[in-house]
Formats: sequence, C-alpha cells, structure tokens
Amino acid sequence: MPRLVEAFWLDVRIFMWTTPCIVAGALLLAVARSTRAPALFPVRLAAIAYIDVMRGVPVILWIYLIGFGVPGLGMERPWNSPLLWGSVALGMTYSAYVAEVFRAGIESVHESQRAAARSLGLSGAQAMRFVILPQAVRRVVPPLMNDLVSLQKDVALVSLIGPIEILRQAGIDKAKFANFTPYVGAALVFLAVTIPLTRFADHLLARERVRTGGSRVR
Amino acid sequence: MTPKIELSGVRKSFGPNVVLDGIDLALAPGEVVTMIGASGSGKTTLLRCVNLLEPVDDGRILLDGTDIAAVGIDPNPVRRRIGIVFQSFNLFPHVSVERNVTLALTEVLGQPVAQAREAARALLGRLGLADKAGAYPDQLSGGQQQRTAIARALALNPEVLLLDEVTSALDPELVGEVLDVVRELRGSGITMLIATHEMGFAREISDRVCFLDGGAIVESGPPSQVFGTPSDPRTQQFLARVIASGRLDS
Repeated sequence: MPRLVEAFWLDVRIFMWTTPCIVAGALLLAVARSTRAPALFPVRLAAIAYIDVMRGVPVILWIYLIGFGVPGLGMERPWNSPLLWGSVALGMTYSAYVAEVFRAGIESVHESQRAAARSLGLSGAQAMRFVILPQAVRRVVPPLMNDLVSLQKDVALVSLIGPIEILRQAGIDKAKFANFTPYVGAALVFLAVTIPLTRFADHLLARERVRTGGSRVR
Repeated sequence: MTPKIELSGVRKSFGPNVVLDGIDLALAPGEVVTMIGASGSGKTTLLRCVNLLEPVDDGRILLDGTDIAAVGIDPNPVRRRIGIVFQSFNLFPHVSVERNVTLALTEVLGQPVAQAREAARALLGRLGLADKAGAYPDQLSGGQQQRTAIARALALNPEVLLLDEVTSALDPELVGEVLDVVRELRGSGITMLIATHEMGFAREISDRVCFLDGGAIVESGPPSQVFGTPSDPRTQQFLARVIASGRLDS
C-alpha cells in the first residue's frame, strides 16, 4: 500500500502540471473558435481543426504517438522522456475536450449580454473578457470538474508507455504477490482524491449561487 | 442647426421580412422624440441600428453630420456617444451594480478605479440607488434593475440616449420610478429617442411623437397633434385600440 501511494504521487504530479496547461490551452482554443471578425477566419479554422483532430483519435493513441514518437526523434535528455511527452499528449488531447466545454459555456451566454457590452463601447475582445467569459466559466464548472476527474483517472494511461505510476505499480505488485488486492487498493486511492474533488466543486458552485443570486426555488 | 441624429432612407430587412422601410427622422440637440406603434412596427430595430448593433441595409445615420452607418466606421467611439437602455435590462449578472456602471469607465475610457467608483456612486445616488452599489442585479427589483441599466448607459455621459421600451418588462407599480428617472433626464440637454407603449408618458414627455407602422413613420408631430387629431387612418386605428384597451385617456 505505501508503494501504491508513493506511485500515486506521480499521478498527482502529472495531474497538477497538466491541469493549468489544459485550462489555459482550452480557454485559448474556445475563444479562438468563438471569434467573429471575418479577418480572424484562419484562427477559427485552426482551432476547429485542432479540436477535431485531437478529439477524433483515442487519448491512448495520442499518448503512444506523442509519448513514443517525439522522444524517438532523437532528442537529448531530459527532452526524450516518455513521461514528459506522455503528459504533453494527455494535455493536448484534454485541451481539445475542455475547449468544447468552454465553448458551450460561451454560447450559453445570451446574445443580449454581448449587445449590452458592445453598446457601452467595449470592443469584441473586451466584451469577451469582462462579460462573456466570466459568466461562461461559472456555468461550465460542473462539466469542467467532470473532465478534470476524468483526467485524474486518465493520467494512469501514461503508465502504458513506461513511467511507474499507481496503476502500473499495482500491476507489478499483483504479479509479484499473485494477489488482486493492489488493484482494489489503487481504486481506493483514486476515489480518495476524486470524490473530495467533486464535492469541492459542488461547494464552490453553491457559494457562488448564494453570492450573486436571489433565493433558491425549492 | 445640425441635427444631433439624422436618419435618412434607412432600410433593414431580416431575410424576406422588411423591418425598416425607408426611415427619415432628425432629432435636434436636446430633443425628446418618442416612437409609438404596434409590436413589430420596427421601433426596436431602429434603435438597434442607431447604436450600430444592427447594420443597416441602406440609408444613412448621421451623428452631428457624420455618417456612422458608413462602411469602415469604428463603432466603439460612436457607441460612447450613444447610450442604449434595453427592454430586458441586460445587466451583467456576475458583477455588482457598481461594477456594471464602472466597467465602461475603466475599460473604455481608461479611468482609474477610484475615479470611476466615485462617478458611479454619484450617478447611482442620483437615480436613488445609493444603497444598492454593492448588490448584485438578481437581488434587485425590476425597477431597480432598470434604473441600474440607465445609470450604466449614462456613465459615459452620452449625447444621445436610446430607450427601448424600458418599462415593458416591469410590474405596473414599478413603472413610475423608471419613468421618473427619464423625466428627470429630459431637462439635462441629452437627446433622447424613445420607443414605448406607455402612451400617457409619451404624450407628456415628448417634443415630438412618431407613429410607426410596417417599418415606416406614417405620422409625426407634437404629442397634442398625434394623440389629439391624428390624420393618418392607421394612427387613428392604433390609438382607438389603445384607448379601447384602457391604456390612454381619450
């Protein structure tokens, strides 16, 4: 069990560094895809192409492609680590999924909000930044957390290209002791993190509702 | 004198649906003009065109003699000079009342936050919302929300204010407080173009009343004339219906 928890620490680290990258990348993609100026058509097209390609191939395949492929190009240490490129692959695919979540949020903000913002002389970009995005992000917190919980679990996929994180450690232990328990242990470790994470998201949302809203309907 | 706002031959269609069919209208500086007419007669679209929220298909919209509907005009500086208040308020629900008012001041005019907050407090005080600065829009009554929206539109000190049926979404007992605010603005020199279903209010506040039908102004004149001795049969019919429904004393 301690070995499992120790191995899980690697999962957590991958999760911790990919999450901010994913959220930032996804926001950028979603905003790029939501631009309206005719001149920005290439930006829109690039964002759509990226999202379609990343979402159209299974995550595990991207991890193989990038995690083995890029180090295979003959780079020097530490740039040839499958751990690094495996998590980059994870980040790149998740950015595309999360971008669609953000885009759904952006489109759920009523057009009249944009009209109000533009009528005050705010530019399209300012309207996006100060009026549309803050509302969009609040609305997509639940599906976003859903994706992050998924990510927390999919981190285990990186193990398939080498790094010894918890799932792989459990596999090793299972083989060593001819005992299925390590897998159960690994599952419990995941639950210990994902359930509090979900409850925390619920709590944030409830607090936000109390702050800005009127009374709640039964 | 150059009109503050002058529309000439303004046309606008949504697909096959002609909404504005050649509008000619000029407002002198400080003038208050009200548009009345049935729903769908084009009042809202006309206001949205003046604020450049809708591009016109044809015609010119002059602000102090400059065509603001022309191709290649940057709409943002124009919108600083023309405020609009919407029927459904369209306040920003995620920020406080005060921030609704300061947003344009800090982000469009680049004012320091302290200065913008001071201006917002003064404006909110003037509209009877001094104690609501820290509240969020959803915590306010409809009348308070609409007054906040007026404060937001006035923050940039616009020369023209467009009011799009600002009382239509309000409970009857809240209409008065919003109309009081508009009455108070009347003498301040701001040019106002108002779309309304409040006939009594239109008669009282307007320098001139326009009756719109089918995307055209079919009758225009001082309130006493349009309400008292309308000459166009369509105006007569419309007013007869309004009087029959009890919304205007004959």
